Amino acid sequence: MGAQIMFYILAIIILVFSFLAVTSSKVMRATMYLLFTLIATGGLYFLIDYNFMASVQLIVYAGGIVALIIFAVMLTEKIEAKIALPDKTKMIFAGLLSIVGSIVTIYILLSHPFKESSNDIGQTVSVIGENLLNYGEGGFVLPFELVSILLLASLIAAIVIAKRKFDN
Amino acid sequence: MYDFSKMTGAIHEWLSSLMPSILVTTIEWVLIGVVFLALFAILGLVLVILERKIAGFFQFRLGPNRVGPYGMFQTVADTVKLLLKELVSTNKVDKFLYNVAPFFVIIAPLMIMAVIPYGFGLTAYDINVGLLFVMAVSSIGVVGILLAGWSSNNKYSLIGAMRSGAVIISYELSMGLSALLAIVLLAGSLNLNDIVMSQQAGWWLFRGHIPAIIAFVIYIITGTAETNRVPFDLTEAESELGAGYHAEYSGIKFAFFFLSEFVNMFIISALAVTIFLGGWLPFHIPGWEGFNNSMNYIPGPVWFFLKTGVIIFLLMWFRWTFPRLRIDQILTLEWKYLLPISLLNLVLMAFVVMMGWVF
Repeated sequence: MGAQIMFYILAIIILVFSFLAVTSSKVMRATMYLLFTLIATGGLYFLIDYNFMASVQLIVYAGGIVALIIFAVMLTEKIEAKIALPDKTKMIFAGLLSIVGSIVTIYILLSHPFKESSNDIGQTVSVIGENLLNYGEGGFVLPFELVSILLLASLIAAIVIAKRKFDN
Repeated sequence: MYDFSKMTGAIHEWLSSLMPSILVTTIEWVLIGVVFLALFAILGLVLVILERKIAGFFQFRLGPNRVGPYGMFQTVADTVKLLLKELVSTNKVDKFLYNVAPFFVIIAPLMIMAVIPYGFGLTAYDINVGLLFVMAVSSIGVVGILLAGWSSNNKYSLIGAMRSGAVIISYELSMGLSALLAIVLLAGSLNLNDIVMSQQAGWWLFRGHIPAIIAFVIYIITGTAETNRVPFDLTEAESELGAGYHAEYSGIKFAFFFLSEFVNMFIISALAVTIFLGGWLPFHIPGWEGFNNSMNYIPGPVWFFLKTGVIIFLLMWFRWTFPRLRIDQILTLEWKYLLPISLLNLVLMAFVVMMGWVF
């Protein structure tokens, strides 16, 4: 009962603020609405007792990415200026496309037979760590290593960009 | 060892015998909320008067001495003044963001206070990834500071917020990566209660050899930086920025920033105590049976607040001793010295744990 009330509160927060995030014409406000959406998503993870995922959601998205976006927004010129609206035909086609997309998604969600699963797997840090380094069946060592290579590549790219001399 | 879960369980059963379960849950929510808000307010009042008294002590003067005995009610008077002040704001601010920023800054420490173990069975939210939760929630506080500086429509506030954001984001790395992870390697858990219980044979600061001491020193340095205190207080350097990111806030909104700064200091100290100094466990000396048994009679929360007080005194001592660093010096210290040292320290700690050299 209590969990259901909390779920609906969080769901309403996510829906309202994600709608506001894309419709708001002020950049900083849109960033804040995005932050509220991400925090409420973290709340959903807390609700299903997946605390590790919830904390990672808060660290990576709320703390990391949104702070980065805020820094980027602060450095942009004409931050106060409102974003110009796109022309009518683009808006109509985008609207149609999103309506079709949401109908397909909702249809799949409603018709898919979801199985109940217990949520006590992957709770402790040691289990998560062992699964990440497990190269047997159901292990995650390949995606883990691939992600770290991607991260290394982006780190090197960032250093190269930052070190580039401005030659006029 | 006093088991506080018996006390809280008795309250729960007494409430359950009186009313239906949904009402019990609601009342317990309200009770816990009230207790934590009261602790929050009391911490603010006590820490501010403590800081001013210690400042006086270090500078050979009396400090506040007019309101009440030894000026002990000075902060109460200050709070009443802050509550009664008019709320003013600058022109052309984004009202929504300007007003929401203090709440970000004050909610983060309040949420962290819920996971800290104050005694055996005395944790509001016993979560299995407690340490990760602390790091996660504390990273939300930065957003509030950046937002406050930006939405104030004041160049000094903006500079202060940018500096604060840069310092907090970079020092979070050393703190999370090395200082805290090194002890997680020893304790084998992220749960703060488990970390405390794993120190029954001795505090990790002493049992973890040299890597634990290095981690503790790095933790204290990064903790000082995270709370924007001297020598890392260039975010509100009075001589150049006025008051930094909260220059344009007045009345209760300013009080929020001020209070959260002091409660953050308490949280940094409380985490240091929980992770390195045995939390609420009593002080034991191996071999001294009688001494150890008599120490056990002092309840856990007393030990917890005593140890936390020692660390808080250390942080205040820093404040009145060190000169302020420049922003480039701060970032050099973090990225060129603390981060490499802490990464190496982590490897060293893993080696120590693997060889089983922990005694």
